[in-house]
Amino acid sequence: MHLKLVCQPPLNTEEEEESHATHTATVLAVNMASDEDSDEDFVTYGTPLEPLEEDEPVRKPVPVHEQTVKDEKGRYKRFHGAFTGGFSAGYFNTVGSQEGWTPSTFVSSRQQKAEKPNIRPEDFMDEEDFSEHGIAPREIVPTDDFASGKKDQLKDKARAVSSLAALIPGDTGLLEELIAPARSSIGVELLRKMGWKDGQGVGPRLKRKQRKQNDDAVKVYGCAFPPNGSEESEDEDEFAPENVSFAPKDVVPVDFTPKVDSHGLGYRGLNPLQALGGGSETGHINLFTLQSDRTTSLFGDRNSGQQRRGGIGGQAFGVGAMEEEDTDIYHKDSMSNYDNVLGGEEPGDGLYGWTVYPPPDLPRDYRPVHYFRPVVDSSTVSPIVAQALQASRGRLSQDAPQQGRHSLDSSQRCDMLGETPLQGPSSVFELLGSKDRERLNEIPAVVASAKAAALQASSETQMALKAWSGPTADASKTFKPFAENPLKQARYDLYITKLKQGNKDALESSLDSSMTEWERGRERDEFVRAALLYKPSNSSLSSRFTRSKHEDDTDSVDVTRDQENDMDDKQAAVKMKMFGKLTRETFEWHPDKLLCKRFNVPDPYPGSSTVGMPKVKRDKYSVFNFLTITDSSQVSRGAPSASKPPSSSSTLPHLTPEVSNKKSRWDIPGQEPKDPLSAFLSETRSEVLAAKNQTDSPHQKTEEEEKEEDEEEVRPPMDLFKAIFASSSDEKSSSSSEDDSEEEKEVAPPASDPIQSSAETLNPPVSAQSTPAPDISRLTGII
Amino acid sequence: MAFPQPRPQVPQLPQHLLRTIECQQGAVRAVRFNADGNYVLTCGSDKSLKLWSASRGTLLKTYTGHGYEVLDVDSSFDNSQLCSCSSDKTVILWDVASGQVTRKLRGHAGKVNCVQFNEEATVMLSGSIDGTVRCWDTRSRRYEPIQILDEAQDGISSLKVSEHELLIGSVDGRVRRYDLRMGQLHVDFIGSPITCVCFSRDGQCTLSSSLDSTVRLLDKSSGEMLGEYSGHVNKGYKLDCCLSDKDTHVLSCSEDGHVYFWDLVEVSLTLKLPVGKAVVQSLSFHPTEPRLLTSMEGHVQVWGAEPETEIGEREVVVGGEPRTGPAAVLK
Repeated sequence: MHLKLVCQPPLNTEEEEESHATHTATVLAVNMASDEDSDEDFVTYGTPLEPLEEDEPVRKPVPVHEQTVKDEKGRYKRFHGAFTGGFSAGYFNTVGSQEGWTPSTFVSSRQQKAEKPNIRPEDFMDEEDFSEHGIAPREIVPTDDFASGKKDQLKDKARAVSSLAALIPGDTGLLEELIAPARSSIGVELLRKMGWKDGQGVGPRLKRKQRKQNDDAVKVYGCAFPPNGSEESEDEDEFAPENVSFAPKDVVPVDFTPKVDSHGLGYRGLNPLQALGGGSETGHINLFTLQSDRTTSLFGDRNSGQQRRGGIGGQAFGVGAMEEEDTDIYHKDSMSNYDNVLGGEEPGDGLYGWTVYPPPDLPRDYRPVHYFRPVVDSSTVSPIVAQALQASRGRLSQDAPQQGRHSLDSSQRCDMLGETPLQGPSSVFELLGSKDRERLNEIPAVVASAKAAALQASSETQMALKAWSGPTADASKTFKPFAENPLKQARYDLYITKLKQGNKDALESSLDSSMTEWERGRERDEFVRAALLYKPSNSSLSSRFTRSKHEDDTDSVDVTRDQENDMDDKQAAVKMKMFGKLTRETFEWHPDKLLCKRFNVPDPYPGSSTVGMPKVKRDKYSVFNFLTITDSSQVSRGAPSASKPPSSSSTLPHLTPEVSNKKSRWDIPGQEPKDPLSAFLSETRSEVLAAKNQTDSPHQKTEEEEKEEDEEEVRPPMDLFKAIFASSSDEKSSSSSEDDSEEEKEVAPPASDPIQSSAETLNPPVSAQSTPAPDISRLTGII
Repeated sequence: MAFPQPRPQVPQLPQHLLRTIECQQGAVRAVRFNADGNYVLTCGSDKSLKLWSASRGTLLKTYTGHGYEVLDVDSSFDNSQLCSCSSDKTVILWDVASGQVTRKLRGHAGKVNCVQFNEEATVMLSGSIDGTVRCWDTRSRRYEPIQILDEAQDGISSLKVSEHELLIGSVDGRVRRYDLRMGQLHVDFIGSPITCVCFSRDGQCTLSSSLDSTVRLLDKSSGEMLGEYSGHVNKGYKLDCCLSDKDTHVLSCSEDGHVYFWDLVEVSLTLKLPVGKAVVQSLSFHPTEPRLLTSMEGHVQVWGAEPETEIGEREVVVGGEPRTGPAAVLK
């Protein structure tokens, strides 16, 4: 066996090989056997050296640093690293520039947005390497096998149909034909291989007779091809020999041309073939014809022997002098073109199935003209005008719904609608039990006393009368304190006018008799006060001021929602050293967010914007205010006595007869025993009171005690009133708070009397002087 | 292996007078230990505030800046700041080292009775005779309070701050506890004007003294009374009360010149410490040791559990170690 490793081409002859053996670079010839073996035994490796010419000068060997390597595409390749001992950052066969990677800075401004670099790994790769990494070429190119094939007539037809709507009418894809690929698509090729021929339809072969019968039998629902769409084939139909099957007829592809123009549906432009080709069989160009008609004319009739005449013809073009007959140049649309009957015979009544209702009867005084009544505020116009208006319409506009229906109360709405008042229980009293009613019936006595107290304010009324009865400014110029409530303002105006007339019972007569007692009482107070406040001298002043546009709601006042409850129970509990439930009260309290942050505590009410105790807006005048109206007078009277010097503190303020007279059953809400415990507490309280009164003033004690006992049995439970008058359960009236505080001021002293009074008399109170200033000053004086 | 618990010692009461400091600042309105009990702060009626060393009784610094007598003082936990309040209606935040006024806060309508830092000295709370407690931010430069607590119906006499609670005693006879974490206000009705309120050191109880010469210990959560301590005289002055370092005793000043010690559990009078003839107005208990400060008229007295000399020796050694110095060994 011979193994010859040679760097020479095998085509060299043996002699040559031998002759050149001296200068071959590497020749390893291992002759295991004899030399005379043939060349077929050699196995050669490597690239053979070029054959040397005899006369060629010996070339200088290329030094290593000048040797180059090219890749298969002829581009220079460069070795890195170990081969050349150099370092290449990659320019020649990688990326970048001569300098290597170009550092780029990201710059983006509002005007010039930076392009989002969409860098793929392919950008850094050579094309020939794509296949190595399994990256397919990206362009989608139809290969020759799949490119569209020869032009077929059907496609042309379809194109012709669509070309009607194209920009250039009559363009049947000229451009497309120009660049049509030479070869047919694979589908066509396959069909051809299967025996299909151009112009045939696809499908099993049919017998003509059969097919025709089928055509007749077929009932077409919905959209069907126009019957004359296959006119061509009609001629062939006659030829229907038996035993011969035909290929199915080809089908015209349905034209799904999208509508891209803004013409009306079905509109087509002037067909130049018809317009310029000189008339047509229809005689005029109907711009609105069925598409099918046009396709017909295109497919079948365009090339059929259609006689052409020169010149322009058709509607709106008139008749030329050379024309022989008058074509109807004016398109007259006759109604006979239209099918005006839908379905069968029309019914004779002329109603066509409609039900007819008679027109409404007009009222006798109906006038078909609407006019707007002038809306005039009665208080702004002179009385004469107002009267005239009233006479003309029967009603002043002040109760016209100019404030919107929501601001009206039920009685006002009732008036406007002319309804009769509801027949239900007219007052809450009817809802009460008989016992409670009895109790309530005793109220008038108390109210009378309250009234008496109020009448004490009659001096004020007199003052108001005096102030207004003079010949001063007219009412129209006066300040309107109740402008918010026009009805009330009207009553007030009435009151003022009566005052001016010197009417003594101006107040009573001007009030609305339909209002409840407490409402009237409230208004009485308000009117007198307002009359005194805005008396004429002031009104002249007030005319110089304009009312503020946005008047804060003076009728309501901010009140903390939660009020401390009954003081007396607590006092008694403290007396009995029963601290705990009775003396403890817990309220919702919202710390400020920042405070929580500073204390490192999560906000207990996240999302809540309130800070401190939750506040509610409350009517300044509520039922409970009225109920305690005597109480306030009592306090105002009690206050000076409380501020008496301590020397007179032996006679306690609340025990002075006038005050105790004033003490009404209404002033302490919630004093009723609610449960056995508080009943017990109130008992002990009264005991304590009694004991204390004994020490203070024995003769007054009995009176006080009796009174209190009376009250205990007479007073209806406060809860009842709350249930009746309070609008919602969680509400507590502001009066109760005032009450509490007032009560506190008043009741607290006697409760803690022995200590407090001594504290007050012997030492200054803590709040005022909590430090032993006198002693110290003396001491410092000594020092 | 654990050592057996040492038997609970009988708590020592600070009944030995260690020294008397003549403050030279008029009447001492309030005396307070600082946060760690190494220093003493006194509020004088001569508008000055003085800082003393508790161990030696030497004057370290005088802070002047108030416009009228200083009524209360508190030191921050890190001893870097002081806050004081005064009859001049202001609250002042001091820098301890420099003695400068960091901030002077006006807003109260009347004299400010009490002032307190919160735990991290981020908020100052001041209670005034105008019935409001104002929460001042020490972090921001705002001169408005963060929040005004105006629920009291009379002047605020005393105020304490715990981790997340404010305890406020008012002359309207109520102790109000504002719980920031729960967002609740608990009002305990005491009936008599409150002169001083305290938290117990375990934070479970509140102590309140009132003008009916009674000190009451209430359960914080329910408001029930756990103990009622009486016998002293407190009818007109704003006197301090406090609890001892281990919550074993209740202390109260008295107008008869004594400091009363009651056993907390047994509600019995343990000690009636004679301080002087005048009213003992203010006292302060050391946070960790049985030491007491009392102020009477123009001087402050420091009381300890052991007599002077030994304490003196011990203090040389101590520094931070309580009660286990050589003195204790010697004894």
